[in-house]
Amino acid sequence: MPQVFHRSTNTIARVSIFGALIVVAAAGYGLDLVNRSSYVTGAGLALEQPVPFSHRHHAGELGIDCRYCHTGVETGAKAGIPPTQTCMNCHKQIWADSPTLEPVRASLRTDASIPWVKVHDLPDFVYFNHSIHVAKGVGCETCHGRIDRMNLTWQQNSLQMEWCLECHRNPERYVRPKEEVFTMGWQPPGGDQLALGRELLKANDVQPKTDCDTCHR
Amino acid sequence: MSQPTQTPQHPGVIPRPPFIEPGHTFETVTDQIGAIVLDQGVRRGWLIGFAIAFSLLMLLMVALTNLVATGIGIWGINIPVAWGFDIVNFVWWIGIGHAGTLISAILLLLRQQWRTSINRFAEAMTLFAVACAGIFPVAHLGRPWLAYWLFPYPNAMAMWPNFRSPLVWDVFAVSTYATVSFMFWFVGLIPDLATLRDRSPSRVGRFVYGMLAMGWRGSALHWHRYETAYLLLAGLSTPLVVSVHTIVSYDFAVSLIPGWHTTIFPPYFVAGAIYAGFAMVLTLAIPLRWYYDLEDFITMRHLDNMARVMLATGLVVAYGYMMEAFCAWYSASTYEEFMMTNRFFGPYNKLYWALIFCNVVAPQLMWFKKFRLSLGWLFLMSIIVSIGMWLERYIIIVVSLHRDFLPSSWGMYTGSIWDWATFLGTIGLFSSLLFLFIRFLPMISIFEMRTMVPEAKVEGEHGGGGH
Repeated sequence: MPQVFHRSTNTIARVSIFGALIVVAAAGYGLDLVNRSSYVTGAGLALEQPVPFSHRHHAGELGIDCRYCHTGVETGAKAGIPPTQTCMNCHKQIWADSPTLEPVRASLRTDASIPWVKVHDLPDFVYFNHSIHVAKGVGCETCHGRIDRMNLTWQQNSLQMEWCLECHRNPERYVRPKEEVFTMGWQPPGGDQLALGRELLKANDVQPKTDCDTCHR
Repeated sequence: MSQPTQTPQHPGVIPRPPFIEPGHTFETVTDQIGAIVLDQGVRRGWLIGFAIAFSLLMLLMVALTNLVATGIGIWGINIPVAWGFDIVNFVWWIGIGHAGTLISAILLLLRQQWRTSINRFAEAMTLFAVACAGIFPVAHLGRPWLAYWLFPYPNAMAMWPNFRSPLVWDVFAVSTYATVSFMFWFVGLIPDLATLRDRSPSRVGRFVYGMLAMGWRGSALHWHRYETAYLLLAGLSTPLVVSVHTIVSYDFAVSLIPGWHTTIFPPYFVAGAIYAGFAMVLTLAIPLRWYYDLEDFITMRHLDNMARVMLATGLVVAYGYMMEAFCAWYSASTYEEFMMTNRFFGPYNKLYWALIFCNVVAPQLMWFKKFRLSLGWLFLMSIIVSIGMWLERYIIIVVSLHRDFLPSSWGMYTGSIWDWATFLGTIGLFSSLLFLFIRFLPMISIFEMRTMVPEAKVEGEHGGGGH
């Protein structure tokens, strides 16, 4: 009876042992890359909005304070999207006829909200409150990045749990003095964030929880 | 060691019945076992059996699809009975899976030759039972697509599973058990796969069996390595026989629920597992040896031995029941005492007494040779024990949960139609896999049976290698 397999299959069989290990390892690594990529997290992708609102222009070049529009950020869970009236405070005078701003004027006429597309969409099973973070000295910039440099707004960070926990477990690396929360591009004086951070934790009684039910209520 | 098979060597000593009937040679053993796979083709009885099993398997598909599509609410579970059929069936199946490894590993290390005729299909049974068992914990997660969260892997949540929870140990225990059992089974198959490769009349057969035989040529070097590997695997499997069901019992014993929180659980669970496993081996062996004319290989002496193992482990289990009742009284804890009286006289008391009948009373017949050597009684007994072991898990899980510490949290539990569909479905999966196994792989180890025939003994006595 002739041999069923050619002699070369011996080599293939031996190689396949290691080949299988490599394939499994590569597949695991690949899945991990995909899971942390912006394809999954949406980080770094500027979304198209009904009006191409530029934080760079308003917050950066004009220097409008974050709280002028996001009024709830110090007192509520949500920072809040400003009502059309807030836009019109200025835009009834400036660029009042601009075709780009027609959706804003339409909103005022019809009393219907501008259908902004949510950029930071946390999962529904996560409880998040802006006011406590602001009150304990977490800068806007720490989570939202250099918003004063974004023409169109994108999500700076992954919003994955490891990202939340990084700060909740090591807050001294991220906190800043309360009066610097709304500053963009703040640097710790002297450059020693850790030393300052530890002081601030004591001074401001910062005690971030990592219990499950802190966020998953 | 070497059993005289035809003539007693010591006059005056009555030889015990042999493990293989007289008249067999190397050739007849290989022919008869190989023919089931190679020559007999699809037989009518096999086809009918497989059709029934496959229909039940399709029922499993329907039940699981509905579970994923609709949600866990299709099952009967709710607070306070949050574990129902799912965990009952999990423990039942995983228990059945224990006989295979016990037979293959521990009996191998103890040099019990009678394991040779039954180890192959007992190991297959183990694998298939573990496959069925694995379905339940995954299905009962509610969001089964996230089952991989049970494994510790670098993840975007920066979280590890809770290593202090026995439920996580369970994941490792069961997956290790499945892997090692599979390796053991497959390594044991290699020489037989080579035999099938060499004897297969079809090209496809030669190719597939050849692939699986992994280049086995039966050289002395191959045999040397094979025996080393097989012994190593047996050594690896041996602690698993004890560890897996011990850890399954921790799922209960580590909690504080009356009826679960007891130190006797690990040994009592392991004994119960072997009890259920041997019952299942008997349930399968009796029809198989009849349908495929394997009475020469799976002799009455094998069945007798298995019945004895069943009796012994059954007695350990009975001791466990006794100790549960004793400890409930001795603890002087209101909750423990209530748990026990609730078992005896509560709403599920009929099931409890049925359990005592199945697992404690009925198997006492195995003391008598007459019943051990009667195929009908043995088969009936094996079914009764299987039912009894299922009831045991039902009692432990449901009766302990349905009376919570506060009467305001009391409830009742019955399995829904989907619970039953899933359970029957796994029986379908189990039997479908078994039917395929019988059809495509030698259900008795050919090369090991060859060492049992008189020819091998003669060779061995003359100082030959034995193979």
